[in-house]
Amino acid sequence: METLDQIKARVEAAFPGASVEIVPNAGVGGQRSLLVDHAHALDVARFLREDPALRLDYASNVTGVDWLDAVIKEKRKVKQVIAGVEREIEETTERRRPGYLEVVYHLYSMELKHGPLVLRLRTANRADNARVPSLTPVWRAAEFQEREAYDLYGIIFDGHPDLRRILMWDEFRDFPMRKDYVEPDDYEYEPTPHDDVLAKAKRHYQP
Amino acid sequence: MDEGLRSELSKQGVFTTTLEDLYNWGRKNSVWPLGFGLACCAIEMIAASMARWDLARFGAEVFRPSPRQADLMIVAGTVTKKMAPQVVRLYNQMPEPKYVIAMGACAISGGPFKQGYNVLKGIDRYLPVDVHIPGCPPRPEALLHAFMTLQRKIDEQALTGAQRPRHLVAEAPSEFPVPEFGAHDLVPPANPEIWQPPEVVRGE
Ligand code: SF4
Repeated sequence: METLDQIKARVEAAFPGASVEIVPNAGVGGQRSLLVDHAHALDVARFLREDPALRLDYASNVTGVDWLDAVIKEKRKVKQVIAGVEREIEETTERRRPGYLEVVYHLYSMELKHGPLVLRLRTANRADNARVPSLTPVWRAAEFQEREAYDLYGIIFDGHPDLRRILMWDEFRDFPMRKDYVEPDDYEYEPTPHDDVLAKAKRHYQP
Repeated sequence: MDEGLRSELSKQGVFTTTLEDLYNWGRKNSVWPLGFGLACCAIEMIAASMARWDLARFGAEVFRPSPRQADLMIVAGTVTKKMAPQVVRLYNQMPEPKYVIAMGACAISGGPFKQGYNVLKGIDRYLPVDVHIPGCPPRPEALLHAFMTLQRKIDEQALTGAQRPRHLVAEAPSEFPVPEFGAHDLVPPANPEIWQPPEVVRGE
């Protein structure tokens, strides 16, 4: 398969105006991914599926990620002249990043036997605008998995043919995989509580 | 009847028994489990009913596909909160006398998924469980042992008096309330009539 940079360049050439970004990955695997804007998501998805050199015809996995509001610290080195001598000092900048939800698609090609290509879509925020376009029209396999992402993360997929809860019951109001989910308080005795369970145990059984 | 007299009579070829013994002997050797499983433990339950472990030796080989024809519910597997109302409903549809075996860590407490958002922390929150089997999964031998425990329990039941089994008490419930799907959890999260959170008593 082509490198991600080549794919990005070809996508940008095919759809002028599309914002395609490469998301770096600091992990050991270093697997980078493509972040696409909402307006061009379906076009880009079709391109990835139809392009003769890519033919990514199989969406093996769709999942959600919850990113809370965070303060991101960045360190950079700057040169400064202190008392007539030029020195390199480290400067830390802080940036507030509002939270968002993310959908991650893992794409493979059955025909050309390559992959994966990781495709990401991001919602505008975690509250009133948790929407992304659905890619089910392009990959039928995404249907149930997008429903699952909706069920557990509350990501609304515009254009999904049947967006209902799939694991939890319809009357359920929460999104249990979100990091700020508060579970019902039905603690019962545990012989060896630890971490969160220990905190709960302390609330229930005063020493 | 006096034990000595009974054994003396049996030596003469006269068999004596009591109605209670006969009744319980019949009941305990003809338990019909409901053929349903919820997760991995069900595979062990199936194995126990097949030729190698052969549940038929205990008179319980007929797994019925309908709750109307069954009198033993083996809750074999993880009870999710979405499934719990259906499990209670199945139990309610079984005729008395009926028994429940909670098989495996999941069915007795939620097991490895206890802290999960969608797993019931034990079916005894909604149903009166007769025998609990620990294990993940319990081996078929453990299920056989639970079975024999249940048989012993049936055998020891007195048919009259205050200790008589539930199906002989007219005012005892044979159906239990089915929990409803709520906005955050099942409503109610447990049946307080039959389940209370365990009390922790610390020794000095
Ligand atoms: S107790 Fe273990 S084997 Fe049994 S259903 Fe639960 S996870 Fe599966």
